[in-house]
Amino acid sequence: MLQGAQLLAAEVSTDVPSPIGLAPLVILLPLVGAAVLLLAGRRSDRWGHWLGLAASVGAFVVGVVLLVGLLGQDAEARAYDQHLFDWIPAGTLDVSAGLRVDPLSVTFVLLVTFVGSLIHLYSVAYMEHDDDRRRFFAYLNLFVAAMLVLVLADSYLLLFVGWEGVGLASYLLIGFWYRERKNAVAAKKAFIMNRVGDIGLIVALMLMLANFGGVDFATVHAQAPAASTGITTAIGLMLLLAACGKSAQVPLQAWLGDAMAGPTPVSALIHAATMVTAGVYLVVRSAPVFEAAPDAQLVVVIVGAVTLVFGAIVGSAKDDIKKALAASTMSQIGYMILAAGLGPIGYAFAIFHLVTHGFFKAGLFLGAGSVMHGMDDQVDMRRFGGLSRYMKVTFVTFGLGWLAILGVPPFSGFWSKDKIIEAAFVPVDGQEWRAWVFGTVALVGAGITAYYMSRLFFMTFTGRRRWNDGSGSLDGTGPQDGPVRHPHESPALMTAPMVVLAVGSVALGGLLAWGDTFVTWLEPVTGHAEHGEPVLPAWLLIVLTLVLVLAGIALAWRQYTVQAVPVVAPHGNALTRAARRDLYQDDVNENLVMLPGQVVTRTLVHADREVVDGAWTGLAGTLGLLGDRWRRAQTGYVRSYAATMLGGLIVIVVVALALAS
Amino acid sequence: MELTHYVVLSCILFAIGATTVLLRRNAIIVFMGVELMLNAANLAFVTFARMHGDPHGQVIAFFVMTVAAAEVVVGLAIIVAIFRTRRTASVDDANLLKN
Repeated sequence: MLQGAQLLAAEVSTDVPSPIGLAPLVILLPLVGAAVLLLAGRRSDRWGHWLGLAASVGAFVVGVVLLVGLLGQDAEARAYDQHLFDWIPAGTLDVSAGLRVDPLSVTFVLLVTFVGSLIHLYSVAYMEHDDDRRRFFAYLNLFVAAMLVLVLADSYLLLFVGWEGVGLASYLLIGFWYRERKNAVAAKKAFIMNRVGDIGLIVALMLMLANFGGVDFATVHAQAPAASTGITTAIGLMLLLAACGKSAQVPLQAWLGDAMAGPTPVSALIHAATMVTAGVYLVVRSAPVFEAAPDAQLVVVIVGAVTLVFGAIVGSAKDDIKKALAASTMSQIGYMILAAGLGPIGYAFAIFHLVTHGFFKAGLFLGAGSVMHGMDDQVDMRRFGGLSRYMKVTFVTFGLGWLAILGVPPFSGFWSKDKIIEAAFVPVDGQEWRAWVFGTVALVGAGITAYYMSRLFFMTFTGRRRWNDGSGSLDGTGPQDGPVRHPHESPALMTAPMVVLAVGSVALGGLLAWGDTFVTWLEPVTGHAEHGEPVLPAWLLIVLTLVLVLAGIALAWRQYTVQAVPVVAPHGNALTRAARRDLYQDDVNENLVMLPGQVVTRTLVHADREVVDGAWTGLAGTLGLLGDRWRRAQTGYVRSYAATMLGGLIVIVVVALALAS
Repeated sequence: MELTHYVVLSCILFAIGATTVLLRRNAIIVFMGVELMLNAANLAFVTFARMHGDPHGQVIAFFVMTVAAAEVVVGLAIIVAIFRTRRTASVDDANLLKN
């Protein structure tokens, strides 16, 4: 039962043993890499990408050392706050920069550096023909460094530094090919929508300072349980707003689809595996705050549930392979946020799903990049089809990632997603309606996930060829219009990371779920949760999930493999058309926020010009006019001055005489 | 000797001088107007000195004459200089500082 669940207030030690003391190095390596690559300029063009890769791999090695260091300690003692330097010593506000090394942060360090290193390797080949490959690696290193600051920070303020850092790196990388207007606009959109979320984090920081007198995790988490519900709810909702911005959750989800304008490795690393999951990290890290604010937790669950359905619906209609994957990312993060809102029974599974998702979604994106590489940057799935014969490695690795995201046992996704569905069916505070509503949403979401991912998979790899192979044959096996494509397998540098990620997609989930290894590992942070009883038996949930998944696959198979896929998208029903336009998210944003905002700013500009400026320029004009009039009195003729003097003299004499008499 | 006659004469001379200064454009004539005003004042000084039996007024009349002589020297020099450069003695044309 959840009531029985309690958060262990893990003792956070400030006495750091030697291997843990290496933690700053993990941030420093990619940071130095980024600095060198950016400062050295064109000179480092020839070897820059290898330096970037080395920095990332080095960070991963240090991450492994940290893991070994933590494993060498007792489970209860696996949390360290390493003081780096006094940052803002200002009287009662005393913030120091420090690193929190515990199972949660080390999990993230390993995920970010491992997947990051693989994607660095992949990018060496993927970006080979790009003149700006060095700049690309500099930004990737910058991102890795910022993400590591985010997850290793021991205070919300330092976390905020990393939070902004990854936002900057994301902006720079989405707009990497900034010469195309579309990409620059997408980068700006992502940056601005993230900024809306950042305001939430800033307000949360202020609330913490005002009410708890500090922003470090230790202070906030110690005082949150005793604080009034109003304050914790406010902080919780503000943190959720921040999480929504960074993790592309409703209502701040609109930027993620456009963010696919960046190079595909960026989409894989930042907009699938790591940065967009920062919101989940924030919620799980702030567990004590949310524990003290049940209302905020309920909102977290609602946001997660809405987003998971939203993303799934959008993903079912997109024809752009990257945008379909982006919608899927949004949906899967919806699962994580939902789990994170469930309390201690969900935290570990949220992070578990985050890790497995990081592997299979990065693998899927790299596969999509490989397909695009072979198809001359074509992203329209209606122009793919039958590619399995041409790209065998991509086909197999993508297929394994596909099975993993579907949650087919024994692939990774099964172990994490199924647990989230089960946890969603556990009543919270004895409220059965919540179990039924959110459990059903999670369950149905799994079915839709199966449908849209199968759709994507079948449209790309199976069925008939829908691209022009240039053979000119008129036997009716494929279209002869459009640009000629010669699909081919990608080089080994690209397929190797895909193979590694595919292995992770297959085995990681089962490995970490074996004997609850992962959940036990995270327990010092997330707290020990009593096993809750779902409203339906667990075996029935697994069966239901699998039935829905199979139904989704079957439906997609019938529509996109058995039946011919039209090259031009059919008109579709109202829901399809809405989903193609992201359920009108941009129209909603524009009409509800952008246009009123523009009206307000225009009105203010007008008022400023007419009223405020009008008053001052009017005054200046009047004075100028007066001066002009006065100037005319200055004729330059001596006699007129003399006459004035005389006149004045006469006036003085007359007055003097009048006063004397 | 009626005091009033002298004062009235002094006033008339002063008025003529002032009018000359205000209305004429030739610098020489304007100078003459100034001299007239100064001498009208001298006349008033001398008159009152005689009436009161006090020599102070007469002394001041001498001062005025001295200053007037000095002023004429400087003034005429300026007028000559202006005439040489601008070929005119009109006060209205000495307007280089205007605008």
